[in-house]
Amino acid sequence: MGLTRPSGNESIPWRRDILLEEVLRSGPNTATAQMDLTDLYQEIVLDHGKNPRNRREMPDANRTAEGYNPLCGDQIKVWIKVEGGIVVDASFTGQGCAISQASASMMTQALKGQSEAEAERLFEAFRGAVTGGSMGSGCDHEEEPTCDEAAIQDELGILSCLTGVRNYPNRIKCATLAWHAMHSALTAGERVSTE
Amino acid sequence: MMDTKVGSIDVDAVREQFPALHQLVNNHPLAYLDNAATTQRPESVLQAMDNFYRRDNANVHRGVHTLSQRATDEFEHARATVARFVGARHDHEIIFTKGCTEALNLVAFSWGRSNLGPGDVVLVSNLEHHANFVPWQVVTQATGARMVPIPIHDDCSLDLTAYRSLLEGGDVRMVAVKHVCNATGTVNPVAEMSRLAHEHGALVTVDGAQALAHQRVNVESFGADFYSMAAHKVYGPMGMGALYGREELLEAMPPYQTGGGMIRSVSYERTTYAGLPDKFEPGTPYVSGAIGFAAALAWVERVGIDAIAQHERSLTEAATLALQTVPGLRLVGTAAGKAGILSFVMNQVHPHDVGTILDTQGVAVRSGHHCCQPLMARLGVNATTRASLAVYSTEEDLERLRVGLLEVVRVFGGPNGLD
Repeated sequence: MGLTRPSGNESIPWRRDILLEEVLRSGPNTATAQMDLTDLYQEIVLDHGKNPRNRREMPDANRTAEGYNPLCGDQIKVWIKVEGGIVVDASFTGQGCAISQASASMMTQALKGQSEAEAERLFEAFRGAVTGGSMGSGCDHEEEPTCDEAAIQDELGILSCLTGVRNYPNRIKCATLAWHAMHSALTAGERVSTE
Repeated sequence: MMDTKVGSIDVDAVREQFPALHQLVNNHPLAYLDNAATTQRPESVLQAMDNFYRRDNANVHRGVHTLSQRATDEFEHARATVARFVGARHDHEIIFTKGCTEALNLVAFSWGRSNLGPGDVVLVSNLEHHANFVPWQVVTQATGARMVPIPIHDDCSLDLTAYRSLLEGGDVRMVAVKHVCNATGTVNPVAEMSRLAHEHGALVTVDGAQALAHQRVNVESFGADFYSMAAHKVYGPMGMGALYGREELLEAMPPYQTGGGMIRSVSYERTTYAGLPDKFEPGTPYVSGAIGFAAALAWVERVGIDAIAQHERSLTEAATLALQTVPGLRLVGTAAGKAGILSFVMNQVHPHDVGTILDTQGVAVRSGHHCCQPLMARLGVNATTRASLAVYSTEEDLERLRVGLLEVVRVFGGPNGLD
């Protein structure tokens, strides 16, 4: 049995011609610019995603923690060796998306040589930058209405290439997974979930 | 212009009835291919639910006023509609629940706790959704029974030879199996599985979440003892579902939850319970949900479930061919006669990256483990990307998916990426 179309005189607000009108009215590039994929998948992010650095176990690590993203089932374990209050080595194991792998990879590079306090500050700054300041202290929109991109760049250096993720709210957890694990390893040393 | 007429379905006319399909997502018209997670709703369902609250709203099975009677009539009419749709013998074999998950929990906790004991076996297929897995795990652990997996072949079809041996091993009291697999599209031979289970003195609980909207369901011919349903996967409301249970089994089972509306009499000394279906429906039910559910099934009947199945079958074949042309893509779940669920992995690219790139092009798919972690473990993957079809899916949607996946290849391609 087929289906009959609604009779012609009914007003149907979701007709395709309305949709077309909306497309035309919205003009070019407002949403597209925001959703520009190169914003999220910058060359360096793709590089670290495909060839993660420091992805290895570290049997002599003295701080470890696991991060778990219940959304996708991805798990990351962060391994850190601290000597005299300084992170002398950092690595990670586990699989994940390009964003989580790149973030973990770049994090381990950034951590080496940092003091524990500096590592914690970096965690706060990174979390603040990728969440758009809604959670962290790195860039608080409520106190500082004009989020200073240059300051973020200054504080995070190369890590700032991951901040494009803040335009993709359901991917922010991917970027912060390793960082939460690192934070946990340095403070409590327990398994964390990004949920 | 692509011909969207497939089988006897006028897809354009169907699509016009679904308001949510007609919107822009990231500046692209929405190509909604996440129907295994939830379908969209036609205007007739939205209107039926709206009408209830605007015109007939009153509590059911209480009071003698006119609105209460109208609400009760509509609620029970909805039950009769569900019963007829799945071929139940009696309306009271349909228990309304808040979804498929609650229906499955009802069986596991009510039937399982009063019927399972040490030495008993519950067979749970390796394809199961956590909703037909975890309740059995909890109940077998609590009762001393054992949960044993039914293995699968590499194409994600169930290993029926292994299934027979497990039954012959004895002690099997219950078989938990889904009709259609949400992660792989496998359609399980539930009629044959029920027959075999019954020959060995076991009952069968079928998770029907992914079947109801896509193929003819008849609990009598399947021989299913229990069959669970989710309204939102068949164009109805979220938070609404139903359990079909064979009358004599439901009669013998204790209540799953207790409260008002499910009792015969209550005193400080003892409570006696109402008959079916009230025994399993304490509290004020989701009346508008039941009405929406029935309206959705009526809508499916008007379009014709066989025509829908035919439409989706053609699209599934087309999609299978189209996806195989995408470099680095591997389909997960290739069982013969599979349903319109296309799960896949892409070499070196995580499903979440695939999902994000498709979303920027207005293509909605699911990425993740699909609440099937034991299955993902068996397949050796963490997650897959899944495109799932419905009555309103078109070849244009599939083309958008294919082009979107080529964009994934473009972004991730390169010496160490896809090849």
